[in-house]
Amino acid sequence: MIKAGFLMATVTRAQLSDAIYQEVGLSKNESADLVDSVLEQVTRSLVQGEPVKISSFGSFYVRQKGQRIGRNPKTGEEVPILPRRVLTFRASNILKNKINAKK
Amino acid sequence: MTGWFRFGTLRVRDRKGSLQLKPHKLAAKNEVGMVKSELILRLAELNPHLYQRDIERIVSTMFDEISTALADGDRVELRGFGAFSVKARAARTARNPRTGVSVSVSDKRVPFFKSGKELRERLNAPSRAEKSTLRDPAD
Repeated sequence: MIKAGFLMATVTRAQLSDAIYQEVGLSKNESADLVDSVLEQVTRSLVQGEPVKISSFGSFYVRQKGQRIGRNPKTGEEVPILPRRVLTFRASNILKNKINAKK
Repeated sequence: MTGWFRFGTLRVRDRKGSLQLKPHKLAAKNEVGMVKSELILRLAELNPHLYQRDIERIVSTMFDEISTALADGDRVELRGFGAFSVKARAARTARNPRTGVSVSVSDKRVPFFKSGKELRERLNAPSRAEKSTLRDPAD
């Protein structure tokens, strides 16, 4: 089952760089820089419109959305939503299975 | 329009109703994008003082760590990039679209990603500016 809100932990950059520090043995500073560097390279590829595929984890895709008419739900006022690019993540089957293995 | 039936699971209709391949199929078709090995190569170029096998371990450790956290039901929040979380899906009765046979799908958990504000802004920033900063002024 999904943990209740109060049990749920949040993993941040700090935990990721700590894992690299322990696993690879780089300094804490360098580990933190590399976490940023990995995310930056993924971001750059996406900004260029190129998907990023990480095997056994998942893929990130950029999709182009056309203009449409939205509505302010509070006032009912019509506002145009401009064409924009959105990011979608598609988890690999390995990740999906891993998430459902521990029930 | 017969393609709709033959490739029913591969295509989606966009808002204007025209057929479009699902993004993962589109990408597979066009063979574009960056895979993990290319990400590792780029990082190796930027970090010549590190062994490539260390960079491989760094990248694997990062994504393993995220996967494990999600498997534990935890949330992963990476400021500026986005947040990974797990959502619960209730059991439901689905239909095989080809045969119409009902199948029961048990409850499950699905991973979810929401892009961060900074990433969304960069995706929609006037992209020329970003591209030109990537180009080496020397060439």
